[in-house]
Amino acid sequence: MRTPLYRLPPLFLRIAMMAVLASALWLPGVTRAALPASVIEKLALGETEDKIAAVGEVVAAADPEGLNFLLLLLDGKVQTVANKQAIIVRDGKAVDAVTGKDIAPPPEGAEDIILNNRLRREIEAAIAALKLVSADRTARLAAAKALEGGADEGMLPILAKALEKESDPEIKALLLIIQASVQLKSSDAAVRLSAVKALAGSSSSSTKTVLLAILEKKGDEWAEPDAAVRAEAQISLEAVERRLVTGQRIGQVFSGASLGSILLLAALGLAITYGLMGVINMAHGELIMIGAYTTYMVQNLFRAHAPGAFNWYLLAAVPMAFIVSALVGMVLERVVIRFLYGRPLETLLATWGISLMLIQGVRTLFGAQNVQVENPVWMSGGVELLSNVVLPYSRIVIIGFSGVVLLLVWLALTRTRLGLFVRGVTQNRAIASCMGVHTARVDTWCFGLGSGIAGLAGCALSQIGNVGPDLGQSYIVDSFMVVVLGGVGQLAGTVYAALGLGVVNKFLEGWAGAVIAKIIVLVFIIIFIQKRPQGLFALKGRFADA
Amino acid sequence: MRDATTARAGLPLPGRPALYGARGWAGVAAAAGLIVFIAPLLNLAVPAGAALHLSDYSVSLLGKIMCFAILALAMDLIWGYTGILSLGHGAFFALGGYAFGMYLMRQIGLDGVYKSPLPDFMVFLDWKAYPWYWSFTDHFWYALLLVVLVPGVLAFVFGYFAFRSRIKGVYFSIITQAMTFAFMLLFFRNDTGFGGNNGFTDFKRILDIPIQTPQMRMTLFVITGVVLIATLLLARFIVTSKFGRVLTAIRDAESRVMFSGYDPLWYKLAIWTLSAVLAGIAGALYVPQVGIINPGEMSPAMSIEIAIWVAVGGRGSLVGAILGAFLVNGAKSWFTVAFPEYWLFFLGAIFIAVTLYLPRGVVGAFAQWKARSTSAKAAGSEPAQKAAA
Amino acid sequence: MNAATSVVEPIHGTSGDAPVEYGRVAKDIEAGPDVSHGPILYLDDITVAFDGFKALNKLTLTVMAGELRCIIGPNGAGKTTMMDVITGKTRPDSGTAFFGQTIDLLRMTEPQIAHAGIGRKFQKPTVFENHSVFENLELAMKTDKRVKATWSAQLDSAALDRIADTLALIRLFDEASRPAGLLSHGQKQWLEIGMLLMQEPRLLLLDEPVAGMTDSETERTAELFNTLAGKHSLIVVEHDMDFVGRIARTVTVLHEGSVLAEGPMDVVQADERVIEVYLGR
Repeated sequence: MRTPLYRLPPLFLRIAMMAVLASALWLPGVTRAALPASVIEKLALGETEDKIAAVGEVVAAADPEGLNFLLLLLDGKVQTVANKQAIIVRDGKAVDAVTGKDIAPPPEGAEDIILNNRLRREIEAAIAALKLVSADRTARLAAAKALEGGADEGMLPILAKALEKESDPEIKALLLIIQASVQLKSSDAAVRLSAVKALAGSSSSSTKTVLLAILEKKGDEWAEPDAAVRAEAQISLEAVERRLVTGQRIGQVFSGASLGSILLLAALGLAITYGLMGVINMAHGELIMIGAYTTYMVQNLFRAHAPGAFNWYLLAAVPMAFIVSALVGMVLERVVIRFLYGRPLETLLATWGISLMLIQGVRTLFGAQNVQVENPVWMSGGVELLSNVVLPYSRIVIIGFSGVVLLLVWLALTRTRLGLFVRGVTQNRAIASCMGVHTARVDTWCFGLGSGIAGLAGCALSQIGNVGPDLGQSYIVDSFMVVVLGGVGQLAGTVYAALGLGVVNKFLEGWAGAVIAKIIVLVFIIIFIQKRPQGLFALKGRFADA
Repeated sequence: MRDATTARAGLPLPGRPALYGARGWAGVAAAAGLIVFIAPLLNLAVPAGAALHLSDYSVSLLGKIMCFAILALAMDLIWGYTGILSLGHGAFFALGGYAFGMYLMRQIGLDGVYKSPLPDFMVFLDWKAYPWYWSFTDHFWYALLLVVLVPGVLAFVFGYFAFRSRIKGVYFSIITQAMTFAFMLLFFRNDTGFGGNNGFTDFKRILDIPIQTPQMRMTLFVITGVVLIATLLLARFIVTSKFGRVLTAIRDAESRVMFSGYDPLWYKLAIWTLSAVLAGIAGALYVPQVGIINPGEMSPAMSIEIAIWVAVGGRGSLVGAILGAFLVNGAKSWFTVAFPEYWLFFLGAIFIAVTLYLPRGVVGAFAQWKARSTSAKAAGSEPAQKAAA
Repeated sequence: MNAATSVVEPIHGTSGDAPVEYGRVAKDIEAGPDVSHGPILYLDDITVAFDGFKALNKLTLTVMAGELRCIIGPNGAGKTTMMDVITGKTRPDSGTAFFGQTIDLLRMTEPQIAHAGIGRKFQKPTVFENHSVFENLELAMKTDKRVKATWSAQLDSAALDRIADTLALIRLFDEASRPAGLLSHGQKQWLEIGMLLMQEPRLLLLDEPVAGMTDSETERTAELFNTLAGKHSLIVVEHDMDFVGRIARTVTVLHEGSVLAEGPMDVVQADERVIEVYLGR
């Protein structure tokens, strides 16, 4: 099974992106910095210690202008002339940092300000702190996240200021925790105690680390001398852990549901071709693969001819994937499979041969390498439930999509003429034939339907995993397991089996690792079939085993 | 009441029928002579470059294919004669190979890249000692015992549960496929302790004799050939016995077998376990000749391919199984050199063509053709079905 | 008497041999059915439901040792399901089924039941089509049918005699080496009956044994059954009323999964309810 679950860009990358975005928004408006001259001078001309002190002053003032100046400083745009004048150099023009007057022509021999690592860190933290009072919510959130676990006492005033102004609950909660972790370094036990209490509301794993550190013992000495604080920390720790575990559970259920919906899509077509028609189609995986490649082709067409509508290429890819796979399936049924009805083992071998040819065909046409299928923009990103639980949109869309496909299949089987014929032919071919049903044609259409659904599965898979010639091979065992577990000829069984397998698999994965989880599931299915050879939802009766 | 002796006129005589007729035994003897005398002579005694020289490449290739032929016989017993299509024989084959491979790995001794008593992959994983299941694998006879026991016990346990709950037909095929798939995943893990992705390779010695010499290659070739012929005779003994007739009866009408008082469970289990053991032996012979064993042998594709060898040659015909293994694998080694990109097309086409047009394989088609030509001469004879069956 | 009697005789002669061991089967089964009280088969209150449809509905039936019982009834009356229950193919939802006084059929597998002495002929003749007629009989013959014994089994003269006798009885001597799949429908029916006889069962279940037979074949079958009765117990399910009339002593009419009427043929045929079931209102 594939494991590429929602891998989001690491936190620092996202912050960097946000920072760039934020600076890009603000910089154009800056012409001069209205900071007190003494601060500017200290920042530009002072010794390292002076500079650090000045950075602290800027933070304490919580002035947006200070933020701009620090950004420029960090960017190397602030220079000094003869060690007494600070200037800002941009686009070949220079202005005096204190007065804001143009200096033309730019002075010769201006020197860069050397920022050592310590200073750089201080400035970066200060920038983050200052952004806490920015007007832009995303910038504030990003800044708060950047400060998590990295704030110091000097930022307490600005944190207080930010907390005062903050209205967004998420950011406010985050700020409270940041404030608390700073306060933990206080020498006043009462301050530490209230800080520890405040940390109870966190759902972040970095808070857990902070709390664990309090409860540590170094030799015979407790890291935290005050017993009351330690007791409170224990309570807070438990609260945080509970929340973390809950988050993890939600994440597992979600990824289980997501895996289940993929299994469902892959198995739904089989539930029709195998479950209803009794055809063992080992090329089912390759029909999925064809659906994925069709999506790839449609995506390329959009990119080449309608780049403006690229975000909506899936609207065309979904029906195309269905049609192409369905057509391939119908051709296979006409040319090979129909000669093998009633001979399941032969069908198995012949369709395996078909799958080999399809794999090689795709390799010849598209190459053996994986091809790139890009998500539309609206499918990237996700909903963040808790700090450790992110539900990617692409997964949510696929869960919804499989629900819709399931509904359509159910409608097709119960509410349409084809469905009626299919059920009739399944139950009694001879009688259906006598009633004037063209059974051979029904077989072809039915097989086409199952194949088309495989195509839809391929289209969905292309959005979350690699698309390559071997795509289908990795799903065929799983989808057969779903159908066998669910019980042949039972849509409901297929649904329960797919979702159940998905969730169980993900839970086991969290506990034992992906491969062992998969092996446990396979062993479980093998044992389960011993007990209930007909699957979860068995047809009972005289003809059940016929 | 009829007299007993006259009543029996035309019926078989008491006792067991012969394994082969005179022509059959002549064929077996000729094959044995080719393998044991002619091949070593042509390979070792005839100088390279001479017209009759049998190249080292041919010896390795033929040795490998003979292993596959043993595997095909195992498959034919369970599928062709008993009607149970196993998609898990690749796993038994590979398990036999791994069992013997463990011995070969320990024979490397200190000659590995890291000069450690542990195999290189264990050094790489920073393991300090062999895991428990590697115990005693440095003993040759114990390794041979494992070759038989591991696939045998696995097949017995798996088969017992599957046959007891009357899993049959395609269901059985699918769960055997799941089984081999699970094994493949397990053996791909580095932590399983069998070399992960790369498996076992770089063998140096068997019984402290260097493995890469022409003499050793020839010895392995001859042993494989002898085992192949022994397997053929054993299989022939089985299918001509009453036991074999019960197996075929299970294939054709299992309910009648049950209502006649035979419990199919034990018959299936016996032949299934035997078949798995034969597959394991084939794997053990394969590994030293090919020089590598990795989890790829356990892929579902490999197991299905075994079925197609048998189908090509002719299900329910022992000679057919051997012939099929040679035809398909011969074609494979030719294709992968000449037209590598067309091999899968060709293999896929074989799968389809055999199931659609050659249900009894090459041997069956030949028998049919022969029957047609003889019945053209003398109408009313019916050796066709007998010969094919 | 005709030839049939004389040929059946030797088959019985061997049944007194030491009991054949079989797997882990209880002693009761080894001993064969205890018919000291008369009945060889008791079915009591058997119900089998398939998805709500009751194929058998509180069916109660007793067959005496040596009896030849005919079972008739319209399609769907539960005749085949009843045989499935007796032979272990179907497990009833409730009820009890005993073979003799002591053998609980509901706790045994099909091979165990067959071994205990119940033979069954299917509605559709089921023989081993790729085996010769001779081999079909050989496989059916009563003997130790466990793997170990079968592995080394060889035919001895006595066994060959028995097969030869049965071949003569079922008139397939000349076809002995032909694959059974090449026989005509009627011949397959006879072969299956022959296989049953080779099993030396105490109770024979015969599902439509004369379907597809010619008139003379049917007549011979009737004679055969009449000679078998007494030594064996027979339950014959048949639609052919002529045939039933010729062999039946007691007839049981099944309808909707339970016994509608039971008694001598003429009494049953005169029964109002039976006429109604067969002819409709």
